[in-house]
Amino acid sequence: MPRFMLGTTRVPHRKNTAGIQAVRIPAPATVTLPMSQHIGAPAEPTVKVGDAVYVGTKVGEAQGFVSSPVYSSVSGKVKKIEPYLSSNGRSCHAVVIESDGQMTPDPSIAPPVITTLDEFICAVRESGVVGLGGAGFPTAVKLEAEKKGIIKKIIINGAECEPYITSDTLTMTVDSAYVKKGVETLMSFISADETVIGIESNKPRCIDEMRRVFEGNGKVRVEALPSTYPQGAEKILIYNTTGRVVSEGGLPSDVGCLVMNVTTVAFIAKYLETGMPLVEKCITVDGSAIKNPMNVIAPIGTSIEEIIQFTGGYRADPAKVLYGGPMMGVAVYSTDYPIMKNTNAIVALSEKEAKPKEQHNCIHCGRCVSACPIGLNPTLFARAMKVGDSSERADRLTEAKIGLCIECGCCSFVCPSARPLVETNRLAKADLRNQQAKK
Amino acid sequence: MNKLVVSSSPHIRTDSTTRRIMLDVLIALLPTAVAGTVIFGIKALWVMLVCVGFSVLSEFLFNLITKHTQTVGDLSAAVTGLILALNLRADAPLWQCAVGAVFAIIVVKCLFGGLGCNFANPAVTGRIFIMICFATTVGGGMMPTVVDLASSATPLEIMKGDTVNGLPSLPDMMLGLRGGAIGEVCAIAILLGFAYLVYRGVIHFETPLIFIGTVFVLSLIISSDLTLSLYHVFSGGLLFGAVFMATDYVTTPITRSGKMIFAFGCGLITVLIRFFGTYPEGVSFSILLMNILSPYIEKWTAKKPLGGKK
Repeated sequence: MPRFMLGTTRVPHRKNTAGIQAVRIPAPATVTLPMSQHIGAPAEPTVKVGDAVYVGTKVGEAQGFVSSPVYSSVSGKVKKIEPYLSSNGRSCHAVVIESDGQMTPDPSIAPPVITTLDEFICAVRESGVVGLGGAGFPTAVKLEAEKKGIIKKIIINGAECEPYITSDTLTMTVDSAYVKKGVETLMSFISADETVIGIESNKPRCIDEMRRVFEGNGKVRVEALPSTYPQGAEKILIYNTTGRVVSEGGLPSDVGCLVMNVTTVAFIAKYLETGMPLVEKCITVDGSAIKNPMNVIAPIGTSIEEIIQFTGGYRADPAKVLYGGPMMGVAVYSTDYPIMKNTNAIVALSEKEAKPKEQHNCIHCGRCVSACPIGLNPTLFARAMKVGDSSERADRLTEAKIGLCIECGCCSFVCPSARPLVETNRLAKADLRNQQAKK
Repeated sequence: MNKLVVSSSPHIRTDSTTRRIMLDVLIALLPTAVAGTVIFGIKALWVMLVCVGFSVLSEFLFNLITKHTQTVGDLSAAVTGLILALNLRADAPLWQCAVGAVFAIIVVKCLFGGLGCNFANPAVTGRIFIMICFATTVGGGMMPTVVDLASSATPLEIMKGDTVNGLPSLPDMMLGLRGGAIGEVCAIAILLGFAYLVYRGVIHFETPLIFIGTVFVLSLIISSDLTLSLYHVFSGGLLFGAVFMATDYVTTPITRSGKMIFAFGCGLITVLIRFFGTYPEGVSFSILLMNILSPYIEKWTAKKPLGGKK
């Protein structure tokens, strides 16, 4: 165990929707399914315009090792296959499906038969599951580390440290049986000594429920984490639950850890039971511009606008709409964007909250240095980026360890002068990548 | 629907602002300013008004002439002006106060790029500038007007002459009934400001504590006299300097451990000057000298990041 816990920034919790049951939205008229809803190679469409599809019919095949298949989330007809510009600026194809409103499941769906590790990993890949906490990394790829026999600890991420989001909270309370099953399945295929479930202490009901379902299981430990941000960041979670340190450029498996989001684990259990791949998500809809904050279960590919209208619409004109929470979420250009596999929240902010804070010079107060959970000095990156000479700039960025920045946003959040610190770090990382590519 | 704002995360920020921090410092200085006015009379108020006025005005004009964004709204110029004033004698000629304020803002701050870009503390440097140019203004101090005191020298001057006799009593020292600069005499008022700054999270308590503690311990080691060491803590500008000048963000190391080393260095240099130097007081010089070392201390005390390879 670590001597002290990292990640001490106090961000507002705003968990308004905790404790409210999720509501399933009716079948949307159309869904847009981007072929890239994960980290890695985009999937390739396997259907043609006009094809009939059902809930759970594969519409996109995984391409390569780090990739994930995409399934239809409604029953109906393929309306079009069009180029799609994702909110991060990359482009891929998207399959647009016109729903028949029936939500008929694909008749071929059946629970997978698994007896070996290979079959288990294969099933996880075919389920289409990716890191549901928001990262979107294909889960099956993480499990491959077990083939080298190096995983000693399974860490289940139930921290949910972003403001507003409560979808993992619902998983831990409502779907606790699936979490239990998922963890037990993982432990039966992975030779880890221990599973640690990390939950922020602002969710006592989740902690109690997890302790209850795992009572008597000596290999599962439920760890109450401080209610400070960013407890759910992978490296921070690993350190705070095991004391292990993932070094620069390394992976959790290098220190014998496998980290999985709690909803991902529960989904795997559900998939093994039913065979229905990842086609719907529980999403927190909240923010100062939302009239009725609530959790909804919606087919993947439903537009943000449709989901917000289902919850009762806006309280005020939205000025900024996010995929995910306000600390690391991605702002979208338009509410026509669909929700994706890794979307766990839609946050709409009003004009007042979206207005940028007045910027001043850096006053060297050191709040960012104290806030950085990794222990970096964000002011060094900002200073390095002002250097004109590209190779000196690269040297200074490397020396200040830009590669370790996890982009959690604590530095920018605490800055009284509203300096764009983490924003600069992203620019700096891209700058460094470009320079390395040139060499 | 309106066009949506697209920007990089984070999308929420703390309520704390630079202006609020500066306002907190001004609030923390208020007890000291009031105490100074009570002890030294209305003259003290004039010194404060002139210093703050000229500080703000010179920054305003500098930004206007050099076509920079106007920054007087961040209140940092007002803070510099008030700290400078509290470092001066209440009977200082007002034109000298004005010159000092203009020097502090224009030469020490604005020419280096404004708030956050200066390497030396403007108020400290302004005080030293006045001290060197107009030796009578800072050297020594005006005697309180509220009570009659026998001696016309400041406690530090008395101690410098190796005379312990004639020092005001310790309770008088804490109340501020002694000779000195406007803001440095009333210990109780300074400590009130200190408590407020720590409560508001503007400063950490370590810097003043280590600075003052170092002076006390080293005085005790050198003199082996407990009473004399206590007088060293309460006399001169130590308390004021430790609370309001050695805690300046811009000119001290950014790391917490660096701030501690900074404070220790200040204490050490102060004692060396007080015991072995020709000047009776060393607080300002110690802070200025440590300002120069700040970037290096910052480098030496950089944290090893999680997962960083050396």
